[in-house]
Amino acid sequence: MVESGRKLTIAAHAALILGVVVMVLPVWLAFVASTHPGTDFLTGRIGFMPGPGLVENYKEALFTGSSVSGFPPVGPMLWNSFVMAMAIALGKIAISLLSAFAICYFRFPFRVTAFWLIFITLMLPVEVRILPTFEVVANLGMLNTYSGLAIPLIASATATFLFRQVFMTIPDELTEAARIDGAGPLRFFWSILLPLSRTNIAALFVILFIYGWNQYLWPLLVTTDQRYYTIVMGIQRLAAAAAEADPVWHLVMTTTILAMLPPVLVVIAMQRLFVKGLVETEK
Amino acid sequence: MQAKRVTFGGGIVPYLLLAPQLAITVIFFLWPAGQALYTSLFAEDAFGLSRQFVGLANFVALLEDPSYRSSFVITIIFSVSVAGISLGLGLLFALAADKVGRRAMVYQTLLIWPYAVAPAVAAILWWYMFDPSVGIVARGLRILGIGWNHHLNGTDALIMVILAASWKQVSYNFLFFLAGLQAIPRTLVEAAALDGAGPWLRFRKIVWPLLAPTTFFLLVVNVVYAFFDTFGIIHATTGGGPGQSTTILVYKVFKDGFESLNLGASAAQSVVLLVIVIGLTALQFRHIERKVHY
Repeated sequence: MVESGRKLTIAAHAALILGVVVMVLPVWLAFVASTHPGTDFLTGRIGFMPGPGLVENYKEALFTGSSVSGFPPVGPMLWNSFVMAMAIALGKIAISLLSAFAICYFRFPFRVTAFWLIFITLMLPVEVRILPTFEVVANLGMLNTYSGLAIPLIASATATFLFRQVFMTIPDELTEAARIDGAGPLRFFWSILLPLSRTNIAALFVILFIYGWNQYLWPLLVTTDQRYYTIVMGIQRLAAAAAEADPVWHLVMTTTILAMLPPVLVVIAMQRLFVKGLVETEK
Repeated sequence: MQAKRVTFGGGIVPYLLLAPQLAITVIFFLWPAGQALYTSLFAEDAFGLSRQFVGLANFVALLEDPSYRSSFVITIIFSVSVAGISLGLGLLFALAADKVGRRAMVYQTLLIWPYAVAPAVAAILWWYMFDPSVGIVARGLRILGIGWNHHLNGTDALIMVILAASWKQVSYNFLFFLAGLQAIPRTLVEAAALDGAGPWLRFRKIVWPLLAPTTFFLLVVNVVYAFFDTFGIIHATTGGGPGQSTTILVYKVFKDGFESLNLGASAAQSVVLLVIVIGLTALQFRHIERKVHY
């Protein structure tokens, strides 16, 4: 038997509690900052306790923005982020399901070539092809559009591999039975494969929603019109103003809290799916 | 790469199914990457009026450029620190959570959510805490007699972005280390305990070697993260400064190409980054091929 090790267990709890404090503290301080009026910041009166300005600050950030630094309200940015995250997550899932289906359930010339073409995208993150990709999007007239924000990001090797693995575990007898009953490929896909992959799709959706919401470089490249700013990239404009000593720290931190709230809530509410998705996409 | 034993004979159907994925891949990935490769061999003026083939001159210029070399060094320091801190803390918390047993789930919930925070947002949190005039940590440091100003001091700025990048990544490492620990057969650990091995010896001789595949996998993932996913951290806060002190490679390629419009140099930098990604991806897949080797 392993010794009960009371001391070790206490040390383990201590380490974990310390860890939780380190994780929570930056967010707590940001929340505190988001409840103080802007003028409190320069007097150094902000400690660890929330102030009285919660409602005003969030109202100002969401609907008015900052007139001092010319910053637009973040309400529309939240909407843009939501649209982009949903479009990326659903788009990636849809086209990857179709590709995986094609690769698993058909034999055709260039099947392996197609597989490798998809594989290569793993090695081409936006960061290594910034300018030329921007040019392509500009030439297609997709700057400052929702489709420009989402479509170029929805190719996904990871999701395709994941669905291929899922499909490979589905018994051939099912396919045979479906064919005997006269189901064509699309009928089989819709009525058998999709329902069987439901939890995998849900788990992947959680991961991809977070991925889409947290995009930074891409929206920065393809949007110049404030109406298409997403919240995660919009913060930077505001933070720059705060560093120039404009009294907008309260708005910066309010926006920060608003920017992280949706994905964090998704993780906490769907923890089981999140963990499943994270582990599966890395296999 | 195998297909299912039972397949459909669909004629044109599989091509239609693959079309959306392949179209996006070709238009937004392969074509631009090819363009980057091609441009890296040319010298072009900023207005795009003339272009001249220069072979590998852009790469030679890059290697001789002191600001590129310093950016490389900064990226190495940054990546090693971020990987070291976040792997170390991730492992520590995972060992602790594994030790407390049933209640590990509560801690898991409390520790994994920072994964969902965007790197740029994480950076703003730390940028604020350390702000020399309003930040609570900077104030605390001042009371301790330590001056802090990431607007002026390059080392301070680098430490700040390293902490922000690591903070966000700990939860990911924690989750995978915990899964790795829970997959280690209890009987092995118990047998060692019966033979009189203490906790430290058990960790060193049993747990650590069995965890090695997880550790290696996480090391690669963390380096990829530190190299490529941290653009937002730099751009949202320090802007590469003060001076060049936080200009990591992905930030430099953006700045030189997008802001300074130095196209040849930027394309050459893209190609260097591309080689790095290919190397890291190859490492990752080598590992997956022989996942289990005790």
